Amino acid sequence: MLKTETITINMGPQHPSTHGVFRMVLTLNGETIVDLKPMFGYLHRGLEKTSESRTYLQAVPFTDRLDYICSMSNNFAYAVAVEKLAGIEVPLRAEYIRVIMAELTRLVNHMLAVGFLFNDLGAWYTPVVYAFRERERILDLFEMASGSRMMCNYIRPGGVAADLPAEFLPQLRKMIPHLENFVREIRFYLSDNEIFKARAVGVGFLPADMAVAYSITGPVLRASGVKYDVRKAEPYSIYDQFEFDVPTQVAGDVYARYLQRLDEMDESLKILRQAVERIPDGEYATKVPSRLRPPKGEAYARIEAPKGELGFYLVSDGSPNPYRWRNRPPSLINLSALREMCLGHKVADVVTILGSIDITLADVDR
Amino acid sequence: MQVLDDLWIRIAVWFRGLLESFLPPWAVQLTMDVLGILLLIVLGIVVVLAFTYMERKVIARVGDRIGPNRAGPFGIFQAIADAIKMLTKEDVTPTNADRWLFLAAPIVVIIPAVLLYAVLPFGRGMVGVDLNIAVVFVVAMGGIPILTMLMAGWASNNKYALLGAFRTVAQLISYEVPMVVALLTVVLLAGTMSTVGIVEAQASFPFALVTPVAFVVYMLAGLAELNRTPFDLLEADSEIVAGYFIEYSGMKFAMFFLAEYINLFMVAGMITTLFLAGWQWPILPSWLWFLIKVVVVIFLMMWIRATFPRFRIDQMLGFAWKALVPVSLVNLFLVALVAKVLEPGWARTGVLFVSNLALLAGAIAIMAQVARKREERARAAGEAAIKRYYGSEVR
Repeated sequence: MLKTETITINMGPQHPSTHGVFRMVLTLNGETIVDLKPMFGYLHRGLEKTSESRTYLQAVPFTDRLDYICSMSNNFAYAVAVEKLAGIEVPLRAEYIRVIMAELTRLVNHMLAVGFLFNDLGAWYTPVVYAFRERERILDLFEMASGSRMMCNYIRPGGVAADLPAEFLPQLRKMIPHLENFVREIRFYLSDNEIFKARAVGVGFLPADMAVAYSITGPVLRASGVKYDVRKAEPYSIYDQFEFDVPTQVAGDVYARYLQRLDEMDESLKILRQAVERIPDGEYATKVPSRLRPPKGEAYARIEAPKGELGFYLVSDGSPNPYRWRNRPPSLINLSALREMCLGHKVADVVTILGSIDITLADVDR
Repeated sequence: MQVLDDLWIRIAVWFRGLLESFLPPWAVQLTMDVLGILLLIVLGIVVVLAFTYMERKVIARVGDRIGPNRAGPFGIFQAIADAIKMLTKEDVTPTNADRWLFLAAPIVVIIPAVLLYAVLPFGRGMVGVDLNIAVVFVVAMGGIPILTMLMAGWASNNKYALLGAFRTVAQLISYEVPMVVALLTVVLLAGTMSTVGIVEAQASFPFALVTPVAFVVYMLAGLAELNRTPFDLLEADSEIVAGYFIEYSGMKFAMFFLAEYINLFMVAGMITTLFLAGWQWPILPSWLWFLIKVVVVIFLMMWIRATFPRFRIDQMLGFAWKALVPVSLVNLFLVALVAKVLEPGWARTGVLFVSNLALLAGAIAIMAQVARKREERARAAGEAAIKRYYGSEVR
């Protein structure tokens, strides 16, 4: 008697390609995915609750640890939220510095996303090592400004922690053409790889309507063809003063998400070019008391973080500690459509699709 | 030059003379045979040490890294350090494993790998056994590792290992077919199945020039047989972690590792023998030519490994059955026809070379067409979804 059996595989929490301690319970029929159950929470550190027992400024370093690849963006989102809550004005130079840092962070994130996507595809670390090489150069800049490479803790409510050192802008000016060249290089070497296309085109299709229904944001949403970017939809900081496009793709598959990230890197470099040219002199921060007491009320601020919409919802009861400190992590919400994208594909595709969503487990679990 | 060319044979003859001075003839033969076998096994191990080092260095350089540089000058003792580490590691057998199969698999995997060396012509007159059916022997011995991988995967009682074993059987058996057809093409051209005879038949033109299609097909099938990128799905580290040998540790794992690199040398040696004129070509000693060609082929494989992503299981099987098998069959037909009509020489080589290139170009064009269709389908699906979301007009 012939019969077939489905097998259940626990992918993770220790698995080379789950990008952290993420676990997927796969039900397989041969190699085809019949069911997928994402499990997370292995990295839950209770950052929200911890932050509620700290002052507003003490919570800034916690935001570094949300999405540890993009610490600057996290600082930025939190700072915008606190400023909105307490009504703090930010000097223009600080805004420029913030934009520069946020766009550099986007570059770092997208580089790594593309590099690790190829790692998941089995390209033996070569693309990811090149991505890391360029990332190191940007991290050098971060270190120059903030003294730290990953946990920057640089963008604070009221401005930034310190003014840019004198050698920062010349260095950045030199970097921009170099990075543009790097993006061109990636396009040239990777985009037309036949095996990559075979693995990525049509895989992990996320229809535009479903993406919106799942409230997916960021490159994943735009790759599905929805033109939505918080920088344009609800401009924060000084993004309305820059000229840039919101690129979108049509196909909504892994390949489209890859192309989307490259396009966004180009746009980020465009913004960086303008910012470096126009950055004014002046104050780099408004004085904010260390025991900040915002008036009673609530504020939700959001920014376009590299992975999607990153929001902070703060409720103040007038005391130095936030009454509620809520974070909307893009990784967690983008992850919610994973099952829909994976069903019917093969085991190998799960890894690719997960890589193309680009999550950080620290951001998922908080 | 002549001296260098015959160097190893002269040493063998001298040693045989030495033995004959004090041993009876049967003992001389026995000693020489045993020594020959030992030499091949030692060669296998040296190959592993050398090529693991080379692989790490090449992949590192391609990835803009330095690679091993701590153990000894330029890290050349890295492979030895690794070997010592392997030997001292704890040897774990999973509780629910099928003990005997689990134990047997790493031993069985290495035997065919070493046996294959017997028919490899390392230089002029330097071959273990000049078997008249050497090509059949290679195919037969190449089939045994499939069994051992299934043994290992099943006995480990691990789902990743089982998935790896499934993939192994599907992949290796599929790629055996185009490989054999490519071999058959060469046999047709050479008129012999002996590896020595095949090398001698390439005195004027290497078969890579005569039938590039068979060369490419054999190269790809060889990569698949070796489980190397882009066909490394059996051990895909980013998907099923390590595949069939996931539960193996210590020396048992090292056995699989040894077999892999011994096979690497073997496949590169077969490509050299079948398509790159083996030890032929002037000026340098024959064994050196053989070695150079093998290293170049292996370098090519490492380069591919360092740069290419891997196929998915269905694509990999589709590539074997829908692309390689038809192409190699058409090529076999073509070669049979031309070889019947034309005498060996410039005309035959030219006709075959041009027609082979045309065949290759045609196959690539068809595959590109299929890829374009798939891209269009993906785009259409995306467009339909965008229309659904935005209403009638797109953006």
